[in-house]
Amino acid sequence: MPVLTYREAIRAALTEELTRDENVVLMGEEVAQFHGAYKVSEGLLEKFGPDRIVDTPISEAGFIGMGVGASMLGIRPVMELMFWSFSSVAFDQILNNAANVRYMSGGLINCPIVIRGPANGGTNVGATHSHTPENVLANHPGVKVIVPSTARDAKGLLKAAIRDNDPCFFLENTLLYGEKGEVPETEEVIPLGVADVKREGTDLTIVTYGRCVLHSLAAAEILEKEHDISVEVVDLRTIRPLDIDTVLASVKKTHRVLIVEEQKPFASVGSQLAYMIQREAFDELDGPIHRLATIDAPAIYSPPVEIEQLPNPQRVLKAALAAVA
Amino acid sequence: MSKKAVPIADQKDEAKVACTGKSSTAPINAKLSKEEKIELHRKMVRIRRFEERSLRAYQAKKIGGFLHLYIGQEAVAVGCCSLMGSDDHIITAYRDHGHAMAVGMDTKALMAEVYGKITGCSKGKGGSMHYFAPSLNYWGGHGIVGGQIPLGTGLAYALKYKKLKGAAMAFMGDGAVNQGAVHEAYNLAALWNLPVIFVIENNGYSMGTSQERSSAGPGLAQRAEAYGMNWGTCFGHDVYEVRATMDKFLTLAREKHQPAVVEIDTYRYRGHSVADPDKTYRTREEIEEYRRTKDPIQLFQQALLDEGVLNDAIIEQIDSEAKAEAELAADFAEASPFPTPDDIQKDVYWETDNPDKRTSKGRLFFD
Repeated sequence: MPVLTYREAIRAALTEELTRDENVVLMGEEVAQFHGAYKVSEGLLEKFGPDRIVDTPISEAGFIGMGVGASMLGIRPVMELMFWSFSSVAFDQILNNAANVRYMSGGLINCPIVIRGPANGGTNVGATHSHTPENVLANHPGVKVIVPSTARDAKGLLKAAIRDNDPCFFLENTLLYGEKGEVPETEEVIPLGVADVKREGTDLTIVTYGRCVLHSLAAAEILEKEHDISVEVVDLRTIRPLDIDTVLASVKKTHRVLIVEEQKPFASVGSQLAYMIQREAFDELDGPIHRLATIDAPAIYSPPVEIEQLPNPQRVLKAALAAVA
Repeated sequence: MSKKAVPIADQKDEAKVACTGKSSTAPINAKLSKEEKIELHRKMVRIRRFEERSLRAYQAKKIGGFLHLYIGQEAVAVGCCSLMGSDDHIITAYRDHGHAMAVGMDTKALMAEVYGKITGCSKGKGGSMHYFAPSLNYWGGHGIVGGQIPLGTGLAYALKYKKLKGAAMAFMGDGAVNQGAVHEAYNLAALWNLPVIFVIENNGYSMGTSQERSSAGPGLAQRAEAYGMNWGTCFGHDVYEVRATMDKFLTLAREKHQPAVVEIDTYRYRGHSVADPDKTYRTREEIEEYRRTKDPIQLFQQALLDEGVLNDAIIEQIDSEAKAEAELAADFAEASPFPTPDDIQKDVYWETDNPDKRTSKGRLFFD
């Protein structure tokens, strides 16, 4: 299987979908001539031209709202946010308009928009640029929220999102763009709402998504080798729709749960998961559900300390040992 | 008193001339048939009677939430929408009943919507502020001030992308012009030459705050100059003038992809919403002056009487039919069922409404 970076995998998904459907357009700040702030869209302007790969001004409310309006008339815009942190200035367009227009029109209007870009901390850019809004987004019925952890998932899930008739919010990670992984040569569309067991195990289930999957897999290696603890790592891949069945099946196997997420803990994705697991698998649990999140403060700048604020393999290891104690 | 609320006697001569029929000879109006002129009048009367009936329903507690009435502004929606071709689209804010009727939505479905009934145009899920009819190129009905303006720009973007020779009209009130999203949309429209007309229905008050207390600068439409866009103003009490002005800008949008900002001077007789006691920010005399001298229905009716298009019998017939239609709509709404709790989670996702075509798995709803 060919090996691609996460960045190249996203670019491949965009290339295939732009080729397949002429209603797909890519828009955002620096996506065309600059080739993308993170080079995700490198080469797309040259291949598809300026009508379909469109540089926007720094004007998120304007261009995201414009994309929502265009999607109502059948365009399938893929809107790049340089950071999901910038969604705050387009909040009304994303969560009042995109999320609600189908409902408020009694189902008459669809909004097949994809909004994508990185949503992560760990790059020493301070609190304004380090938000992880998947919980905020997923709190709004009408939207779909996707957080891929690997190159293969990023490609297959983005293709599904672009073909989806509901608004899809696709949260990438700047620290994953360079990560390599095998991606099938043949076309693969990965359905939204299917979790993936990234590692099988018997003693503890780690439920996680995004870059924390990598931390959890690293910790699971150490736990296996140094502590003889067998960890199953469930990668949610999408937050809404949520594949709770795969999570519950794993819990029934291991009876212990640790949720790992790059979220602030209050009312996070993990909060929802913990509620659902206790509600639907209470009798399967041999102990309380444990959780590892970002330390609850705005993202600190100080580079060595930011590593400690976020989940990392050592913090996952410690939390996992506590969960099985 | 609002900056724009100048009694007619104090206005410049041009405005007076405009409302006395100068625009009736504009080509877009000169080619109207007698029947088409009567239809413009009929639409304005129907809107007013519908609004009056919905006010009574609100007072009878049949309607929840907000009710923003369009009474006094009828010439704007009717004039603008009468110019729409098959590839022209509109979007507006929450004072949306007039536009909905102007594009041809069924009054029964409109009334049922404010009654919260399943037979409403949005199945009772949108309410007064959220009417939609995509089949009539009518994209709402939006509740957040100015939030619909980027969407309207997106409609224009889609038209241009698909190489369709149409334009979008994005309506807002004078209170929306200070929202950032509006200016972002102006910039995008001008930058990319999108076929969109930003229509400011200036009724003088953003809720209870007059233009002079809310908007800096010499004029609202004039702000278009900052973006290199065309702009214009218009005496919005005269449906002929609304048509003549908008036709000019719509043609530029459709044929040359030139966006524009058009400020249409109008006035609402009722409060911001019917919950507004309307006692603190303007005088009774001001409202009365508008009713007496600038009522859009009266002005147009007189023009058509002078032209010999209307007579008293037709006027009476149109009015009684409009009243009957509004009454029928209220009866229909009253007799219709409410949605059931089972309907709450319908129309949220395309996928769950089309389960046989669903490709995603997993849970979309939570409890």
